[in-house]
Amino acid sequence: MSFPWANQYEPQNPLMKWVDDRLPLPRFVYNAIGAGYPVPRNLNYFWNFGVLAGFCLVLQIVTGVVLAMHYAPNALVAFDSTEHIMRDVNWGWMLRYAHANGASAFFVVVYLHIFRGFFYGSYKAPREMVWLMGVVIFLLMMATAFMGYVLPWGQMSFWGAKVITGLFGAIPLVGEPLQIWLLGGFAPDNAALNRFFSLHFLLPFVIAGVVILHIWALHIPGSSNPTGVEVKGESDTIPFHPYYTAKDGFGLGVFLFLYCAMLFFLPNALGHPDNYIPANPMSTPAHIVPEWYFWPFYAILRAFTADFFFIPAKLMGVIAMFGSILVWFFLPWLDTSPVRSGHYRPLFRKFFWFGLIPAMAVLFYCGGAPAEEPFVMMSQLATAYYFLHFLVILPIVASVERPEPLPYSITEAVLGSDDNAELKAAS
Amino acid sequence: MTESTGTADVDGVAAAESGEGVRRRDFINIAAVGAAGVGGVVTLLPLVSQMAPSKDVLAESSTELDVSAIQPGQAVKAVFRKQPVFVRNLTAKEIEEANAVDVGSLRDPQTLAERTKEGHENWLITMGVCTHLGCVPLGAGEGENKGEFGGYFCPCHGSHYDTAARIRKGPAPLNLQVPEYEFTSDTVVKIG
Repeated sequence: MSFPWANQYEPQNPLMKWVDDRLPLPRFVYNAIGAGYPVPRNLNYFWNFGVLAGFCLVLQIVTGVVLAMHYAPNALVAFDSTEHIMRDVNWGWMLRYAHANGASAFFVVVYLHIFRGFFYGSYKAPREMVWLMGVVIFLLMMATAFMGYVLPWGQMSFWGAKVITGLFGAIPLVGEPLQIWLLGGFAPDNAALNRFFSLHFLLPFVIAGVVILHIWALHIPGSSNPTGVEVKGESDTIPFHPYYTAKDGFGLGVFLFLYCAMLFFLPNALGHPDNYIPANPMSTPAHIVPEWYFWPFYAILRAFTADFFFIPAKLMGVIAMFGSILVWFFLPWLDTSPVRSGHYRPLFRKFFWFGLIPAMAVLFYCGGAPAEEPFVMMSQLATAYYFLHFLVILPIVASVERPEPLPYSITEAVLGSDDNAELKAAS
Repeated sequence: MTESTGTADVDGVAAAESGEGVRRRDFINIAAVGAAGVGGVVTLLPLVSQMAPSKDVLAESSTELDVSAIQPGQAVKAVFRKQPVFVRNLTAKEIEEANAVDVGSLRDPQTLAERTKEGHENWLITMGVCTHLGCVPLGAGEGENKGEFGGYFCPCHGSHYDTAARIRKGPAPLNLQVPEYEFTSDTVVKIG
């Protein structure tokens, strides 16, 4: 689907026409990310992060496939083969650092993409499916990143695998057999390493598939925009190419600049030195934390220190951690305000900037801190607010808030007036 | 496009700035896409280079061998770059046979002297890799078929090599390759 005024693909030469009649792939690309996709004219730089996330996925697949040519998923040699990549393989150090920092870059970009969705209400009708697919992608990303971090088979790899699979052990009755089944043993070993490698290779392609659904669902109503006002006419849109290919290209340049700065000058800044020690099942590192992108969720996991009625604390932490993301699946129906953009929602904006964002910042900080006071107490308060925000505050705000007046159209928001609006008012 | 989208008439503005022909926008366009294109191509370098032999493989690329125990008429198989190499102590008769051949009649004309080191003419050191399709020829081991010319015989497609490991009959195009090597002492040879 597209708007009726979208540019139509016209093959430039007989060969392209021949291809178009038989396999209209160029037409498909033209309508997806070319001049055939009309996009609101007022998108700001927060709308760059979808394309950047796509770039990161490609980056991770390319560097990952290359690393898999040199890596050996066997507990006896996995650590050595990682060092082999770092020392012996041509450009191996760069490819591995590109992959490890690429994972961090991917999460930075995706978190900003999600932040954009939260603030501008991108999850609201008719884009619920876009949002749901996005949450699925995020869950798949977390699983992929976790399993990838296990592969070098260093100390953090091993104990990360042990702790995360231990989460499943918290499930009543089936927990322990489930954990043993997941690992193929009683502790992480060769069986676990092999299946993690297999799945780590598979899941990015599953992500790529869900990304196609994500974009497909997006192109039904078309992109949202900072005002949240739907496209009303031709003057509200510009073609994706060249306008947003250029804008995204500039954003990609800035992204690559920062990414390369990390890659070449601070390649280990986001890693843990302990992971350069080979896995040792007999000795746990003193301070064990996940990668930074899991910190907020790790803080929620550790926030539950007392049994909750009949539910043990351990199980409660696991439920809360998974619940903190699963609640996003219900977001389109929790936030019932008909106004999309946070720009026109004064009360929502207060809770967003002074409630949700500080709570997530606290969780992020506490997740990376040791499990001791005052961080446990801070995590508990922030966790409480986090769930309160989604489950209670958002529905109440939506019903009591008096939104600010919306512009008639995107054109009016940009130019100050819209000829169509005047015509409509006159009639 | 510009008028139908209601956006500023950028083409018109640019054309007015620079008059006819090349616009300033064209320069920016070509410079940006050109720089990105060169950057993209350079990025391919590590992706291609990583498939070349790694440093540990290259470090194993020479082999030292003590040949003192090899009697005339005997040969041994050594390993050089994960491939067999034949080290053969030729008898006087075999040297004579090799030198008796009319070099001009050979498919790959070379004398025995060209294929051995001066002062060590009895040591024939060649790769054990048939120049046809890469099989390991017979003839280095005790009791193996040495072919019609008393050197090596490749069982895959029937190539016969003579006592200087030159191709004499069969589909192989070239003589067995002589690797780079040197005698570091009278009894020790360093291949590669």
